Amino acid sequence: MDNITSLIGGFGDVLSPMNLLIALLGVTVGTAVGVLPGIGPAMTVALLLPIAQDLEPVQGLILFAGIFYGGMYGGSTTSILLNTPGESSSVVTAIEGNKMAKAGRAAQALATSAIGSFIAGTIGTLGIVFLMPQVAKFAISLGAPEYLAIILLTFTGVTAVLGASRIRGLASLLVGLTIGLVGIDFVTGQQRLTGGLPQLADGIDVVVVAVGIFAVGEALWVAAHLRRKAGEVIPVGRPWMGRSDWSRSWKPWLRGTVLGFPFGALPAGGAEIPTLLSYTAEKKLSKHPEEFGHGAIEGVAGPEAANNASAAGTLVPLLAMGLPTNATAAIMLFALQGWGIEPGPLLLTKEPALVWALVASLFVGNTMLLLLNLPLAPAWAKLLQIPRPYLYAGILFFASMGAYAVNSQPFDLWLLLVLGLLGFAMRRFGLPVLPLIVGVILGPLVERQGRRSLQLTGGDISGLVGGPVAWFCYVLIVLALAWPLVAKLVKARRGGSDLHDVETKTEVSV
Amino acid sequence: MSQQHPENTGHGTKDRAQYGLCAGLVLLGAYVLFDASRIGAVSSSNDPVGPKPMPILLGVLLLVVAVLYAMDVARGGSGEAEEGEDVDLSTSVDWRTIGLLIASFALNAVLIEPLGWVISGALLFWGSAFALGNRHHVRGLAAGVALSLITFYVFAIGLGVNLPAGILQGIL
Repeated sequence: MDNITSLIGGFGDVLSPMNLLIALLGVTVGTAVGVLPGIGPAMTVALLLPIAQDLEPVQGLILFAGIFYGGMYGGSTTSILLNTPGESSSVVTAIEGNKMAKAGRAAQALATSAIGSFIAGTIGTLGIVFLMPQVAKFAISLGAPEYLAIILLTFTGVTAVLGASRIRGLASLLVGLTIGLVGIDFVTGQQRLTGGLPQLADGIDVVVVAVGIFAVGEALWVAAHLRRKAGEVIPVGRPWMGRSDWSRSWKPWLRGTVLGFPFGALPAGGAEIPTLLSYTAEKKLSKHPEEFGHGAIEGVAGPEAANNASAAGTLVPLLAMGLPTNATAAIMLFALQGWGIEPGPLLLTKEPALVWALVASLFVGNTMLLLLNLPLAPAWAKLLQIPRPYLYAGILFFASMGAYAVNSQPFDLWLLLVLGLLGFAMRRFGLPVLPLIVGVILGPLVERQGRRSLQLTGGDISGLVGGPVAWFCYVLIVLALAWPLVAKLVKARRGGSDLHDVETKTEVSV
Repeated sequence: MSQQHPENTGHGTKDRAQYGLCAGLVLLGAYVLFDASRIGAVSSSNDPVGPKPMPILLGVLLLVVAVLYAMDVARGGSGEAEEGEDVDLSTSVDWRTIGLLIASFALNAVLIEPLGWVISGALLFWGSAFALGNRHHVRGLAAGVALSLITFYVFAIGLGVNLPAGILQGIL
């Protein structure tokens, strides 16, 4: 059991006072930003990038992983206590969770979501321990054409599978790829899309893009439609569960975990589909189907577990192949590059200590989150009372600081404003944000792999056709693209869909 | 989500503003193609493709997507505007607030180097809070000054992040 030995080594690295402190800081900040409206883990990680570059890579990753996991705990608190979910992955939680809270069962809803998240997070992290090394071993054997195919599959996943509208997802992806193209070509040194501006020669910094799209875009969008009367927060005491709550929760937790993890681990995963599936499954399997729609605890336990398990799953493609499938993972990938670490299949071979310390920190952070969230839920709920002008002014303040700090040039602030307006427009027109960020980060990679593939055949297009893995990916891509057509046919035959009462949303958590 | 909101977020039957977005995509695609045409055909034995095909492919795809997008809009398609905890989509866009926010933001970009982060950041916070409806001017300014001082000491002096001291150089 090599994995276990390495993991124990990872625990050895994490369990130093300094690293524990960083993990605690990460999960605390993560929970806070998860609770706060308008700000989420991806944006926080982006804002902290300039600081993280001065930390040791291990510590930076521990911090980010804590924020990543913490953000999900905080997000579910918001959707239960304040009916409007901030992240697409907690949309389903809000359906039953808020009903429970309104019926005076907020404490039980928070408890089942916190304990379910802990269980799913822990099992999911165990899943990483066993799956990730296998995937990495497999990924090392892949050549450039296979890699190209897998990246294209990821693109398909984030644009066509996760969104409500493919054309809007595709537009977002293409804009992201275009932003990623700006700068000097890595082989020939030719300037592309720089418009002759020297500040653009090194490309547009991912921090500026992420902060602009997430933070500034979000602040402008909220400002344009600011709810003058803040939503009603349901008061809550310390979370707890009675005997019947436990017996009704544990199976949904496990089922949610089983549904969530594989979806997260796929290069085209995400949390929306498994949370929705979990909700539907629990509704069908429940002994109390009549309670659904009026605050059924199964409808909180299952989707919350699915959400956290899927988040754990997204770390498999990130660590094993360098492929991010959510916004926070995308920015963590960028942070790795900033530390001079090349993410990809060789990461585990080259930096085993780093990877295992990160995985160990997930176990630690998850436990901290449970201990932090059960007793402190009422305190977190108070964060929802913060005056909105200060909250959004603060977001703009930190966004400007973060973007300026990257290169110390006011030019980046103007760029930030332009990207913020782009983020505003995307929210106005319902363009999903995730494809853009993935495009910016993977754009240069996809070009490199494509050019490398063609290098072997001297530019002949046949170089793009690889082995069975590539073929498999292309088949999946075709299937994913043809899916709505198939679904329409099936629907026409069966007349109606099972999911009609739950609609999906396209936004990613910010 | 589970809250009812007006159909198509309250923009009439067809959301024509989306054509503007399509036009933007066309412009972007055209610019990408124009820029690609400027790149010399550089290729070598270890890079037979060169830097040119990728932008050409992207530019063409942008144009194609713009057309498909416009067709979708013409058929009555519209994206769902993003919801959120503090977003009330039944109101129309509040351009005054947006304008004031952009002004505060731009002021910071102009002043950050000459005056330094502590002053420009405090103004940014105060101005944005004002734009968002804060009317406790003294409290807002105090909060802004406190935030910018704290961030300056913690990040610039403590953690070595690059934030300019500006005219307060030597005082801070």
